[in-house]
Amino acid sequence: MSHAKLDGKEIRVNFNSAAAIAGIGWTDYTRKSGRAVEQLALEACKKAVEDAGLKTSEVDGLVTYGIGDTSMTSVVATGLGLPVLHHYADYSAGGNMACGVVLHAAMAIATGQATNVLVYRALNGASGVRYGGSRFSELLAESSVHSDAEPQFLDTAGINMPAQHFALLCRRHMIKYGTTEEDLAAIAINGRAHAVDNERAMKRAPMTLDDYRASPWIAEPFRLLDCCLQSDGACALLLTSTERARDLRHKPVTLRGGMTGAGPANRGLMWGNYWQEHADCYAHFIADRLFAMADVTRGDLDFAQVYDCFTYSVISQFEDFGLCEKGGAGAFFRAGHARIGGKLPVNTAGGLLSEAYIHGLNNVVEAVSQLRGDAGARQVKGAELGLVTAGGATSTGSALILGVAA
Amino acid sequence: MNAPVTDLPLPRANQLTQPFWQAAHEHRLVVQRCKACGKMRFYPSGGCEHCGSMDYEWVQCSGRGRIYSWIVVHRNVDPGWQKRTPFVSAIVELADQAHVLVPGLLSEIAPDKVVANLEVEVWFEDMTPDISLPRWRPIARRA
Repeated sequence: MSHAKLDGKEIRVNFNSAAAIAGIGWTDYTRKSGRAVEQLALEACKKAVEDAGLKTSEVDGLVTYGIGDTSMTSVVATGLGLPVLHHYADYSAGGNMACGVVLHAAMAIATGQATNVLVYRALNGASGVRYGGSRFSELLAESSVHSDAEPQFLDTAGINMPAQHFALLCRRHMIKYGTTEEDLAAIAINGRAHAVDNERAMKRAPMTLDDYRASPWIAEPFRLLDCCLQSDGACALLLTSTERARDLRHKPVTLRGGMTGAGPANRGLMWGNYWQEHADCYAHFIADRLFAMADVTRGDLDFAQVYDCFTYSVISQFEDFGLCEKGGAGAFFRAGHARIGGKLPVNTAGGLLSEAYIHGLNNVVEAVSQLRGDAGARQVKGAELGLVTAGGATSTGSALILGVAA
Repeated sequence: MNAPVTDLPLPRANQLTQPFWQAAHEHRLVVQRCKACGKMRFYPSGGCEHCGSMDYEWVQCSGRGRIYSWIVVHRNVDPGWQKRTPFVSAIVELADQAHVLVPGLLSEIAPDKVVANLEVEVWFEDMTPDISLPRWRPIARRA
């Protein structure tokens, strides 16, 4: 591991020499898979193992996350026929953990807990339990994991869907920084422009500002096109030691830095920012540390995959990771700087808004494709370093800085 | 006499929140106040987000605040709420202490008239004989 300094203190967190992503896999992303979540998980996992050039029986670690809607590691271990599991973790978490699970796998490998670890997310998010749908709302009301006080005060105020929560955060940003609907539209249009060249993407027809404006209101200031897709599907990543990865099929992609983190008073799944200023998100609290860990600067990044459950989520994180000045994300996207070929390409596969909602793990898969140089028509030329973020715009999230093995 | 019926979601109080809903039933808005540092907080929690103390008391608020953020809801997964769309859901910053933020339904104003920092006051809607919900409305400007 490398050593970096933050506030005069040395931190050892760079996994460049310790753990690498050696394989990626995904199913078709659809509205109706016609298959059990378990089957989707197994397909994505097997493809990731095959992509790495390993045998399934060599996998000895599994990590996943979800809110009662993924396939648990015990189920996947059984379906893969694994002879033994040395490490597993099932996170009850939303997209805020999409990078955290990869970090977890890297830590498990770096500390010798396991040798080959699969990270996956599977869901029938369109045809089954819709994240944020009525069954989901019911699930939350019945559970205490995300603060048992939350639904009492929100459902009774007519606030019971993620779109409403994030629209409330967005409004606050509009009040403070003058963010406009054209700014939100620019995020949606940017992702869609990239999805046009992505064979995995569920939405590939180009989007115009008129298309955006014609889409129906969900919760003002959000229209339908501010909201991510609902998808059935799964994706997976296979992590192993960097040394071992060098002998496998692909150029290893390593973790230069990784964090999960949160600001104060972040309790609650949806009401996760009620104490701090709503227009600030988790990135405000972790960004400097993350870049220090990786020992890189923002200017070194070749691309960013920014968690986009809603258009505004991109604005919030882009600014708080320090990729532009606060309040400046809208202008950055409107100017086309986030396009492939621009200053800093963002969401090169179309993200959750246009590729699919595999809860953010698909954004990590895209980062790996880019760093391998395998992204085809949407390849960012010479991509060697990328940021991946996970977290809607609330005060909890996770992030990775990935790079080609040094 | 039959109990009033509602097709809207009702709160399910727990050990932590029961005093809030009891007060609401009495048409009083209360929040927790930390006995160690004296700061108010919402929504109900086991420990103080400012100092970590678990000692608190319930105190009545002024019932006034300002609009911190708001949305106009057009789609809702709950059929009862969907019937009432479009409506305004807001976050109210209580006048009693900065950063004490309370979500609530804003009534008695057209959605397109809502602005940031609009001054509002609480009122209580009786949903059943036992349950009343805090709602918010603009403070009337009298000539």
